[in-house]
Amino acid sequence: MNMLPRVFLRSYSSIPLIKKKIAIVGGGPAGFYAAQYIAKNLSNCEIDILEKLPVPFGLVRFGVAPDHPEVKNVINTFTKTAENPSVRFLGNIALGQDVSLKELREQYHAVLLTYGADQDHRLNIPNEDQENVISARKFVAWYNGLPGAENLQPKLTGDTVTIIGQGNVAIDVARILLSPVDLLKNTDITEYSLEALSTSNIKRVQLVGRRGPLQAAFTIKELREMLKLPNVTTVWRREDFEGVEDLVASLQRPRKRLTELMLTSLKAQNFTDTQERQFLPIFLRSPETISYNSLDVVVNKMAGDKAVKTKDMENLPADLILRSIGYRSTCADSEIPFNEKAGKVFNHNGRVLVNGDSEVIDRGLYTAGWLGTGPTGVILTTMNTAFGVGKHIVDDFNGNLIKCDQNKPGLDIKKLRAVTWDKWERIDKAEIEAGAGKGKPREKIVSINTMLEVAGV
Amino acid sequence: MQSVKLVQNLARFSFSRTLKSTSNLKGVQRNFSISHPRLNEQITVTFVRASGEKLTTKAKVGDNLLDVVVNNNIDLDGFGACEGTLTCSTCHLIFKPADYERLPDKPGDEELDMLDLAYDLTDTSRLGCQVILTKDMDGLEVKVPATVNDARSA
Repeated sequence: MNMLPRVFLRSYSSIPLIKKKIAIVGGGPAGFYAAQYIAKNLSNCEIDILEKLPVPFGLVRFGVAPDHPEVKNVINTFTKTAENPSVRFLGNIALGQDVSLKELREQYHAVLLTYGADQDHRLNIPNEDQENVISARKFVAWYNGLPGAENLQPKLTGDTVTIIGQGNVAIDVARILLSPVDLLKNTDITEYSLEALSTSNIKRVQLVGRRGPLQAAFTIKELREMLKLPNVTTVWRREDFEGVEDLVASLQRPRKRLTELMLTSLKAQNFTDTQERQFLPIFLRSPETISYNSLDVVVNKMAGDKAVKTKDMENLPADLILRSIGYRSTCADSEIPFNEKAGKVFNHNGRVLVNGDSEVIDRGLYTAGWLGTGPTGVILTTMNTAFGVGKHIVDDFNGNLIKCDQNKPGLDIKKLRAVTWDKWERIDKAEIEAGAGKGKPREKIVSINTMLEVAGV
Repeated sequence: MQSVKLVQNLARFSFSRTLKSTSNLKGVQRNFSISHPRLNEQITVTFVRASGEKLTTKAKVGDNLLDVVVNNNIDLDGFGACEGTLTCSTCHLIFKPADYERLPDKPGDEELDMLDLAYDLTDTSRLGCQVILTKDMDGLEVKVPATVNDARSA
């Protein structure tokens, strides 16, 4: 594939080969997929994957729901990448704390930023900082054992949870709240959250969206799973679907099948079983004000694809409110040209721009994953864009667009407490052993200190 | 791995002996799957990248198309990310209409749900992990949708 540059190098064989050094900041799907592509397609390179936490895999470990273990099979591919001789995993190294971007750019020929989106959008409505209002992101981090989230103590004593937002994160959270604990106890869910969920009083989870059923943000697989969840009834609001059926025929296949599934479920709806837990999607409502245990929403109507507020209001019960209206990235290092408004790095197809005011590319600096694209899409999306950015990096090296005329040392980890791959394997082994006795695939270690202790660093 | 090879060889050995009696002995043969003649039947399958490049391989009857890619190290980055568990759409393949119609099993809801998330979805799209090869698929050509693998540059 890359014959030309190789021929070029061979004809100047008196010049010693300079190893192309690449730092990838962030050990989640984007980082691993980009590393996979570069390691395969770029000759004579060394890739370091720097990860802030002692453990790898980012949202595959801390985002993917515990009852979706199949999705985590990508870990097998990531592990192969980490075991590639030209790839080095370095956990417990944080950009902006242990190392600066300036240092990385001095020590590597190219730097790829893939550290994701670890904050979320706020509603910016009154009383949002009330104790019973938390972000769905934090709730996910809590049940998935992200260090620092273990003390969240979500209030599960009331009977109604209202989730604002209708994406797949919202559905995941609803499913975890409504699932019989028996369905979760053999997953890698953290023990403390399993305990909290087993004494939960939650009976109803409402999923509130600004727009209508035709704009629903969840995908069909996630909805079908909800509809099949044992001991849970899905309750739609009939009025939300006015006129929807007439439009079904004109929809594209994915939207059409999703809408048909909602309509089929709506038609089969009966209210006889009130003993069951309920899942209640609510469309055409925007949050306005949070009160002690309720949420005031304004009634919207659709104008084309946009939701327009009316003067009508509704009060929804809400013992716990989970905000799930999108993730956002943060700027980990002041040298990053970061678009605060969009919550992502200024870039053009993964090539980072010098700043937000021009289209000038900062050669040798790249971004992929949610940090570059914004927080949307499934793993497939991230895989494709990460491969794409990986290809740009390979092309830029081969096209001599990246300055590569002198050896670069790479990060000196002697003075750092880096968790290398063999040390992660110690953590991995300890977690799997701890889970075995409970019938779980693993019991995640949540404390960073314990992780480091087990890793022996 | 070695034991798999051994089984294959044994199966090859007993192939001619059991070929004629397959239909009568189905129940019995399930218990002695080593002698099941279908195990060692090989056909040829071709994966066509969007660039037009063809990757042709031998494939075992009874394997699904994801198995074929994995077992033969077919060079398709990212193919089969969830390893055949119907939770992604990275083994998306596009069939010729006539071939699609001939497939013995139609896609189920779960497969269609995942296909709905695939790039370049067509009416003759399937997930490779759900298509099990039969003998009469010999010579099958399937298109691998464009990704960064080939034509479409990001």
